[in-house]
Amino acid sequence: MTSTEVSQIVDTVDNAIATPDHEQPYRELGLKDDEYARVRELLGRRPTAAELAMYAVMWSEHCSYKSSKVHLRYFGETTTDEMRRTMLAGIGENAGVLDIGDGWAVTFKAESHNHPSYVEPFQGAATGVGGIVRDILAMGARPLAVMDSLRVGAPEAPDTKRVLPGVVAGVGGYGNCLGLPNIGGEVVFDSSYAGNPLVNALCVGAMRIEDLHLAHASGAGNKIILFGARTGLDGIGGASVLASDTFSGGTGRKKLPSVQVGDPFAEKVLIECCLELFAAKVVVGISDLGAAGLACATSELASAGDGGMSIDLDRVPLRAKDMSAAEILSSESQERMCAVVAPEHVEEFLAICAKWDVTATEIGEVTEGDTLVITWHGHTVVDVPPRTVAHDGPVYHRPIARPDTQDTLRANVPDSLARPSTKDELRATLLRMIGSANLSSRRWVTQQYDRYVRGGTVLAQPSDSGMIRIDERTNRGVALSVDCNSRYVALDPYQGAQLALAEAYRNVAASGARPVAVTDCLNFGSPEDPGVMWQFEQALHGLADACAELGIPVVGGNVSFYNQTGGTAILPTPLVGVMGVIDDVRRRIPTGFGTEPGETLLLLGETRDEFGGSEWAHVAHGHLGGLPPKVDLAAEALLADILIAGSRDGMLSAAHDLSDGGLAQAVVEAALIGETGARIVLPEGADPFVALFSESAGRALVAVPRSEEPRFTEMCTMRGLPWARIGVVDRESDSVEIQGVAEFTLAELRETWEGPLPALFD
Amino acid sequence: MSTKIGVVTFPGSLDDEDAARAVRAIEVEAVSLWHADADLRGVDAVVIPGGFSYGDYLRAGAIASNAPVMRSVVAAARGGMPVLGICNGFQVLCESGLLPGALIRNAGLHFVCRDEWLRVDSADTAWTSRFAQGAEILIPVKHMDGCYVADAETVRRLEGEGRVAFRYTDNPNGSAADIAGVADASGRVVGLMPHPEHAIDALTGPSDDGLGLFLSVLDQLVRA
Repeated sequence: MTSTEVSQIVDTVDNAIATPDHEQPYRELGLKDDEYARVRELLGRRPTAAELAMYAVMWSEHCSYKSSKVHLRYFGETTTDEMRRTMLAGIGENAGVLDIGDGWAVTFKAESHNHPSYVEPFQGAATGVGGIVRDILAMGARPLAVMDSLRVGAPEAPDTKRVLPGVVAGVGGYGNCLGLPNIGGEVVFDSSYAGNPLVNALCVGAMRIEDLHLAHASGAGNKIILFGARTGLDGIGGASVLASDTFSGGTGRKKLPSVQVGDPFAEKVLIECCLELFAAKVVVGISDLGAAGLACATSELASAGDGGMSIDLDRVPLRAKDMSAAEILSSESQERMCAVVAPEHVEEFLAICAKWDVTATEIGEVTEGDTLVITWHGHTVVDVPPRTVAHDGPVYHRPIARPDTQDTLRANVPDSLARPSTKDELRATLLRMIGSANLSSRRWVTQQYDRYVRGGTVLAQPSDSGMIRIDERTNRGVALSVDCNSRYVALDPYQGAQLALAEAYRNVAASGARPVAVTDCLNFGSPEDPGVMWQFEQALHGLADACAELGIPVVGGNVSFYNQTGGTAILPTPLVGVMGVIDDVRRRIPTGFGTEPGETLLLLGETRDEFGGSEWAHVAHGHLGGLPPKVDLAAEALLADILIAGSRDGMLSAAHDLSDGGLAQAVVEAALIGETGARIVLPEGADPFVALFSESAGRALVAVPRSEEPRFTEMCTMRGLPWARIGVVDRESDSVEIQGVAEFTLAELRETWEGPLPALFD
Repeated sequence: MSTKIGVVTFPGSLDDEDAARAVRAIEVEAVSLWHADADLRGVDAVVIPGGFSYGDYLRAGAIASNAPVMRSVVAAARGGMPVLGICNGFQVLCESGLLPGALIRNAGLHFVCRDEWLRVDSADTAWTSRFAQGAEILIPVKHMDGCYVADAETVRRLEGEGRVAFRYTDNPNGSAADIAGVADASGRVVGLMPHPEHAIDALTGPSDDGLGLFLSVLDQLVRA
């Protein structure tokens, strides 16, 4: 092709200047009229086709946080210097990083891949895992484990049978082949997710503190090297545009969804290659290519550095013919990274990539100027200040209004719902509860995930938290839990988000680790709906205020808007992930009973008559209304202190947090996990129904070896934590007896608890 | 000279570090062997670890069986060197012809990760001599393609010659005759789907029963 022919089809910068009135398809690319006008204003001309593609993807809700930015600042405002003490990197980096001691830095983050997972459950979920793992890798850390938090429609709904098995196979297929253990997560069924499932994946990684890598491109003359998979047509306008567009479920969809395709083997090799590059100290800066692909990586690296950047798109290795500059820039092909490398290290860099058979290509360099210049077929197709693409996107103050329906919802208290009272009714209720979709065993899911690979998994599902050993010499490790009860959030977004934090915090403490940091994944409906923005603002403030009170910072996270079908939003779902540190993983507290002969069971915390948003109200009556359980963060902190002290001093042989389903659920799970019988004696005068099924927060069930009981209960009394002796573990028995209420064989409980998911999905 | 056990790394090997950890747990030096390098670096035995070598985009283990390092492993095994193939390593040994049969997609079509009680069916191999015949050991399985198949005559021969090394007590994948692991005719090459390297410490695995395989081969090597 001659250069004249090329210039006829290439929209160069010169061409854009010469043809200011050329009509551009900005609306189809997702830009609003005023946003397009702003691009023209920033450039002083119309953008080229390639520039337009870059601005469109980078200014999408998914990449620019344009609706949430003004609210997310609140996290920074509520984080004190004391909370920042162990923070090595926070919000704004690829992932937050914490100093956990012994010279180790741990990084963790959760991210959503909701919309692609509805369109194509397997690939959507798989690439969700792949993306979050690369975020962790880009910090310089070795990824160590993943978790997944899944929300799908009602269990019996036909489409749930398409979505859930596909998502689980995708999470497993990618993570298993990548060699990362899956150490926990959630699966929640609710009809609000039927047309918009949530797939939130979390990854945790570790590095020596001195190896921390931040994404920036400094030093004129340094080379830009693109490495990993070749760039193709998959995922163009994928995550970024898809995630910013409501599923309208009817006609009129212009954008064809194109979910990225994952290759976990390529990612595994990329991880090992990157870690070898880091160890060889041949990387100045690095970024992964996720949403918005090269457009994002080049503009973010350049704007974080101290110069400009020039890129030659003709050098980008492609796997499809005739890709346009805009397509190359916005492709979301997976398993790619972009590094900034000093010229003297390029040869060694390329040699390491060759050892791993990883394609690596020098595509440009850092320049003296302050613009990002991209050429294609010898023509300049992009010439922009990189900050305008990466950081100067639109910022919206969306209207916020408390929905009128909120008062009705809260007034619809569960007090008048018929409660079981006879022994037979209570027995039947317990079985119905443990066999319900949300409370039954997740084994069908977790059995499809490798939890052993890498040899560091100390606790995994169905434990309260996942725990991995970080240091084989000192046995230092971390524990993680992700939680959210979105029904609580619907009833009261502020308190609901605090309850999500409290549950994750409690779960981490129940395994013996001290909670130190938080990540979140804020899944909500359309930000253009003032009621949704009210939920969002309330939840965000609730979470930030609670973090400040508990003294643990939010170090990273993700916002996912437009989770709705037509005009109906999902239940607001601010997923909270808490990470804790444990000095010696050998002191972890297991969830199952029966690790010691002769255990006394104690219930810690206060039980109130609280059924608003409870699993019981949902299962027995399909009811959602009233107020969620009371939040008492001081009580949560005290409970956590007691659990951690119990672990440190070897006073606890098992612990299980009380949450969905209440005490009954906790007893059944701990007995089944430990394959051990137990005898429960409810506190005198307690209403058995409330004692068994209330979801009051700030509680845990613990097993204490008889020899430790006086010391442990004395500690609780002295520190003012309510406790009650509620039974004993009986290793000889194969039944769970709730005295005066009912008796169940372990076999009956196991069949009821483990049966539902295989029956639904096998 | 002190004993050395090699652990092969292919691109896509996942449990190589874990196999090396198990070797070190019995106080033997673990030597890393690279797929593209035919040099076995003076090791006395070799472990082919789990994973998805080269992505397993052809048949599981098929490409790995042709790697330069495998040509050396096959030659060494024919010369009497003990070789253990775990999971993907078992698939590689079958593909390379050192062990009979093949591993196909699990009967349930799902990846399955769970702790399995295995029966040691033959304590006469280089990798099982520390166990009592018929002992039951708790070892995790985690695989997608773990269903062992062979023609009826081969299965009969394996049974007759005492070459079924391990059997599942609760078959997780549909394997013929509940076979979890087999040995070659010499008893020095063993392959199994379960992961003994993930059962070396009750802290990170369901038991420490897996150490028995590594201690068995150490006995052989020290005696030799």
